[in-house]
Amino acid sequence: MSVNGKIAVIGDKDSVLAFKAVGADTFGAQSMFETNDLLRRLKDEYAVIFITEDLAAQVAETINKFKTRAYPAVIPIPGSAGTNGFGIKGIRRDVEKAIGADIL
Amino acid sequence: MARLAVNPTRMELRRLKTRLATATRGHKLLKDKSDEMIRRFMELVRLNKSLREEIEGEVSDALRSFMLARAVSSSEDIEQVLSMPKVEVKLETYSKNIMGVDVPDMRVTMPPAEDLLPYAFAGTPSDLDSAVIKISKLTERLLRLAEVEKTCNMLADEIEKNRRRVNALEYVMIPRLNETIKYILMKLDENERGNLTRLMKVKSMMNDQQL
Repeated sequence: MSVNGKIAVIGDKDSVLAFKAVGADTFGAQSMFETNDLLRRLKDEYAVIFITEDLAAQVAETINKFKTRAYPAVIPIPGSAGTNGFGIKGIRRDVEKAIGADIL
Repeated sequence: MARLAVNPTRMELRRLKTRLATATRGHKLLKDKSDEMIRRFMELVRLNKSLREEIEGEVSDALRSFMLARAVSSSEDIEQVLSMPKVEVKLETYSKNIMGVDVPDMRVTMPPAEDLLPYAFAGTPSDLDSAVIKISKLTERLLRLAEVEKTCNMLADEIEKNRRRVNALEYVMIPRLNETIKYILMKLDENERGNLTRLMKVKSMMNDQQL
C-alpha cells in the first residue's frame, strides 16, 4: 500500500505559514473549537498533522482519539514562542503507560 | 478466588485441565510478547526523546526567524512568495507490523535542492531566507519524529492492553481454574472414599449375617 501522504500544519496563522515553503498545507487556528473542527476535517486526508503545542494542549482529548490508528499521526511541535513542554510530556505519558513508571 | 460453577464430574475435570493448559501456554506467550514489546518500546522512546529535544529548539528558532520576516514585510507579500514552493517533500506512507501492531512507516524523499528559495531576493527580507532554509532542513527529521512518536504512542497503548490480558490470565483465569480442578478432585476422592466405606460396611454386615 503506497499512499502519497500529505502534511498539514495547524497553529497560529503567523508562524505556520513558514511550512508552506516545504509543500505542507497550513491552517490557521486560534481557538479550541477551530482546532477541533480542523482536526476532524483533516483526519482522513492527511497522513501527518503537525500542531503547535499550545493548541495541542487544548485539544488533547481529540488527539487521543487518533492514538490507536496508524494514520494520521498528530504530532505537537513548538510554536514560535518556544516549547512549553507538552511534547516531552507526551513521551513521558507514553512511558508511564507502558512501563508503569516514568523512568526517563 | 471463587471457583467456577461446574459439576464435579470426571468429564468436567478433563475439560478444565485442557483449559488450564491452554491458559498457561497463552499466559507465557503473552508475557513473552509483552517483554519484547517493552524492549522495542524503550529503544524507540529513547530515540523519540532525543529527536524531540533536538528538533524543538530548531523549530522555534526557524519560526522565530519567520516571525521577524513577517514583521518587516506585508503578509500578502509573504503569502505570495510562499504559495508556490519549489521543494515539495514527497511522503510515502506505508504501515509496518511491530509485534502485531500496525505502525506507520514513512518514506520521505526530499528532492535535491540546490536552490531552496522559491522567490527572488528583491522584496523579501533575509530573515525569510533563513527561516525557509532552516525549515527545509528540518522537515525530514520532523517527519522522522512523527513516525517514531506515533509508533511509540501505539506501542504504549498495545503494551497496556497486553498487560491487562497477562494479568487477567495470571491473577484471575489460572487461579480460578486451579481452584476448580482442586475442588473436583477433592469431590471425586470423597465420593471414592464414601463408596469404599459403603462397600466395606456392606461386606461386614454380610459377614455378620452369615455367622
